[in-house]
Amino acid sequence: MTSIVPKEQSSENKKDLSTEEHEDFRLFGLIAFLIADGMTFAGFFAAYLTFKAVNPIGPDAIYELELPLPTLNTILLLVSSFTFHRAGKFLEKNEAKQCQKWLLLTFLLGVAFLISQMFEYFTLPFGLTDNLFASTFYALTGFHGLHVTLGSIMIMIIWWQTRVPYGRVNKENIFPFEAVELYWHFVDGIWVVLFIILYLL
Amino acid sequence: MTISLKPNNSSPEKLQPTGWLKYISFSLDHKVIGLQYLVCGFFFYLIGGSLAGAIRLELTSPLSDFMPREVYNQVLTLHGTIMIFLWIVPVVNGAFGNYLIPFYVGARDMAFPRLNAVAFWLIPPSGLLLITSYFINGAAQSGWTAYPPLSITTPAAGQIIWILSVLLLGGSSIFGGINFIATILKLRRPGLKLMQLPMYCWAMLGTSILVVLSTPVLAGTLILLSFDIVAHTGFFNPGLGGNVIVYQHLFWFYSHPAVYIMVLPAFGLVSEILPIHSRKPLFGYTTMVFSIMGIVVLGLVVWAHHMFTSGTPPWMRLFFTIATAFIAVPTGIKFFNWVATLWGGKISLNGAMLFSCGFIINFVLGGITGVALAQVPFDVHVHDTYFVVAHFHYIVYGGSVFVIFSSIYHWFPKFTGKMLNENLGRFHFIITFIGFNLCFAPQHWLGLNGMPRRVAEYDPQFELINQISSVGALLMALSTLPFLWNIFQSILYGDDAGDNPWDALTPEWLTSSPPPVENWEGEAPLVLEPYGYGEKNSNKIKDQK
Amino acid sequence: MPKLSAILTLTSSLTLGVGGVWVAYNVDMLPVSASMNAPVYDELYRVLFIIGSILFIGMTALVIYSLIQFRRKPGETGDGIDLEGNISLEIFWTAVPAIVVLFVGLYSYDIYDRMGGMQPLMHNHSGHIENQGEKVWGGIGSGPIETSSSNNLSPLPIELTAMQFAFIFHYPKGDIISGELHVPVGKEVSLRMESKDVIHAFWVPQFRLKQDVIPGQPTILNFTPTKAGNFPIICAELCGPYHGGMRSNVIVDEQKDFDTWLKENSKETI
Ligand code: HEA
Ligand code: HEA
Ligand code: CUA
Ligand SMILES: [Cu+2]
Repeated sequence: MTSIVPKEQSSENKKDLSTEEHEDFRLFGLIAFLIADGMTFAGFFAAYLTFKAVNPIGPDAIYELELPLPTLNTILLLVSSFTFHRAGKFLEKNEAKQCQKWLLLTFLLGVAFLISQMFEYFTLPFGLTDNLFASTFYALTGFHGLHVTLGSIMIMIIWWQTRVPYGRVNKENIFPFEAVELYWHFVDGIWVVLFIILYLL
Repeated sequence: MTISLKPNNSSPEKLQPTGWLKYISFSLDHKVIGLQYLVCGFFFYLIGGSLAGAIRLELTSPLSDFMPREVYNQVLTLHGTIMIFLWIVPVVNGAFGNYLIPFYVGARDMAFPRLNAVAFWLIPPSGLLLITSYFINGAAQSGWTAYPPLSITTPAAGQIIWILSVLLLGGSSIFGGINFIATILKLRRPGLKLMQLPMYCWAMLGTSILVVLSTPVLAGTLILLSFDIVAHTGFFNPGLGGNVIVYQHLFWFYSHPAVYIMVLPAFGLVSEILPIHSRKPLFGYTTMVFSIMGIVVLGLVVWAHHMFTSGTPPWMRLFFTIATAFIAVPTGIKFFNWVATLWGGKISLNGAMLFSCGFIINFVLGGITGVALAQVPFDVHVHDTYFVVAHFHYIVYGGSVFVIFSSIYHWFPKFTGKMLNENLGRFHFIITFIGFNLCFAPQHWLGLNGMPRRVAEYDPQFELINQISSVGALLMALSTLPFLWNIFQSILYGDDAGDNPWDALTPEWLTSSPPPVENWEGEAPLVLEPYGYGEKNSNKIKDQK
Repeated sequence: MPKLSAILTLTSSLTLGVGGVWVAYNVDMLPVSASMNAPVYDELYRVLFIIGSILFIGMTALVIYSLIQFRRKPGETGDGIDLEGNISLEIFWTAVPAIVVLFVGLYSYDIYDRMGGMQPLMHNHSGHIENQGEKVWGGIGSGPIETSSSNNLSPLPIELTAMQFAFIFHYPKGDIISGELHVPVGKEVSLRMESKDVIHAFWVPQFRLKQDVIPGQPTILNFTPTKAGNFPIICAELCGPYHGGMRSNVIVDEQKDFDTWLKENSKETI
């Protein structure tokens, strides 16, 4: 076996490397980033669960959380994931108008989520520093809310960029769209875990 | 889906400044970024080293007389933080990773050049931020571990700045990690299999997995800690119902893997250096790869060995003892393989080789004390004493820093096209090796006999040993002088290195020194056997010339 | 030739290993041992020291030998031997450390058990723990030390409160508050520790014992002093500027001296 393939042999069907086509690894990078982001949440969850397990007064020993509002939130987010997916289907079919419509709907659902979250914050009987539970509750939901806010902003950017004919996101350059969509599904998934751990357990 | 590399990469390249200016610009060239990391890291090493000098000076006498006690705590906090987050981690990962990985996978740059530049440029500002905190209101003074509630009760300004800069540095290392994973897995030259990559790629892959999995947890933890300080929440404040042990678990969940983030890349670098200077193939490539992955997996589940005295339940101590001790197995495999690589070689005793062998010797000692520390009953006596300080300096200095020096001796010709003076290199090695052992070997005894760490004042019976240790530190400091002299001298008047002074086979040597912007003038070479040295193969090198 | 050198290295590292054994037993590297578990600790230390020396000296010898034996002599050209790996060797040096580590692990588990570290807290004799129904975390020796069960008396309870920057001891019997720890020789002591502010650690090098003193989380530490004398108590966890000065003494007395001390200082008449 030779260690270095002679030039003639290796360059047969390959052109100069810099013009060479290869797989798009941006999505891969994004997934790696989301794993990292997920680990931040994992850290928060772990903290909450250990607090609950080992502390003399567990975090949720004092307050019962109301379920209706967060359940509504869960539905809002799940539906928004679906509408985002619809938007993507239309983009693939090059129907920008339809795509934008669904994107806008997704955005509104995201905003509705945020508003309802704010509403919950204001009606809750405890504040950030009241006790351990209050603090972890606000830290977890707040950090997630930050993600939703960022996601909503990015959806609007995508919405702006899918307009015809000036937008830069279209069937040919679909990556930005896919990236935000993946991110949005990720934020959704985190919410489901959060909902189970914080409200149901 | 596929995209074309050309329009992405080369158009900004034309706008880049040239000459030395490019080293202080937002360059996208991985080689420039690598050297930026290296020089920046070395700058912080000198600062961290001066702080170590201040520590050793204070400890020459049993009284706290050289600086106020608060300042001593600030100095040791800054020393630990700077050395870890601004010297070892950026250099073994960022500097050599950026310089070498694209060569090794046969690419013209990293997968995300812009992200790469951002990752680097996060470092100088956060480093300077950390240092200036000392002048504003006093730096953080709760150690590099920042255990609450101490870190909540010390002056807030310094601690908050510390958190901020560690967060930024963590972000930088996550970006770097993502970039390395994508580059190694996705940007490989077609025809190159994973098991044909040079060992350093594997080491960086493992390290980057650790970075991506564990650094975010540290970020989350520090965010919670900063809430405790700024917003008076009670996560880690027992007065408000919080729990201080949870912080320790979360902190060490990152910071134990962090020690492998500091040392796995060094393992990779040694695996590159030893075969070339002993003219033999790397012994046991496959087992080396598996041992790296073994260390990655085990490294994630041993964190509580830092908490044996914090009141952990017995079953937990038992589990973490066993898991920790078992890391010796994959690590041992690597060491035995390196010795086997030396065995029967034609070894050149140059700077690179000597520092690598010094690394092996020092690290084995540090590793053995580590395995001892992993035993709960042993650890309850020496935890938080100078025995631990000795353990980790044997590894971080005797290990990682020795490897960094070794790598500089090895790759300097590639970086600059000039040779270093090998005699000065040997001299540098001898002084460093003596100074290092003189400084840290006695600290084992100090710890066993009752000297706790992080103290500015101590029992007078330890005075003599501490003074010996300080002399060692002075020797270490002096040993940087021949090194710096060697660098300056060689950059200005060094002999021309030629493209491949070591007759090496790895791809970075198969281009000019220093390499052109896109790494190779023509097509990238496809190196399928990066370690094809050895008598039977020796004609290969001639063929290739 | 390689066989010969292998034998040479092996014998030389063995000799050095024997030297390590000698050093471990004849050179004093640890402070005086003054508690029940200190001799047990020292036994573990010796074993670790011997294994460590053999491994370290062996590896160092191998490296230095290779550097000298296989160095490139002036004028020499060419490569080393073409040796890429050897499966049986790999298995050998995976197995040996695994066995060593397993042995060390089991052995130190045994030591830990003998120190009383594996005892569940319920078995603790010091009555005040269960009474309060609170969660207490044990340190090493949170259970009774095996060898000390000779005297069936329940351990002497003492409460320790740590604060920046002092240790305060409270004797429930006699309601004594003291800045120094007085204990009788040969009797098991049960220290219940809690901190008022930040984390501290209670360390007596001569007892080979250390346990963090944590705010909001009581910890418990049992030990039996075996030697009369005066030993330092050192705070081993960074707790602020005066961490280095946070020291106290443990005064181990003969039983009758201790009783006198107790009588003289108690607030109630016993
Ligand atoms: C790069 C950094 C680095 C590395 C690689 C390691 C590697 C190891 N460390 Fe270390 N460690 C630190 C940096 C590092 N450490 C730091 C910074 C601290 C202090 C943190 C603080 O509190 O501030 C610390 C503290 C620390 C503790 C806590 C001590 C205490 O505070 O009480 C423990 C306990 O288990 C430990 C264990 C180990 C072990 C078992 C390894 C193993 O990975 C070592 C494995 C290697 C070998 C064993 C040698 C080679 C193997 C052979 C030759 C085979 C044969 C050997 C045997 C069979 C034993 N380390
Ligand atoms: C990660 C890498 C790393 C490196 C490379 C070093 C390098 C050194 N370290 Fe450090 N150290 C840590 C990481 C590191 N350390 C950590 C994490 C801690 C724990 C902090 C904590 O408890 O929170 C620690 C703690 C620590 C302590 C314990 C402090 C205490 O607990 O009270 C001591 C004491 O001797 C020490 C000494 C040294 C010395 C002498 C060097 C030397 O090797 C440095 C040699 C280099 C130079 C000296 C620089 C070059 C020369 C000049 C710039 C010229 C000027 C020199 C002088 C004025 C002397 N270190
Ligand atoms: Cu109390 Cu250190
Ligand atoms: Cu560790």
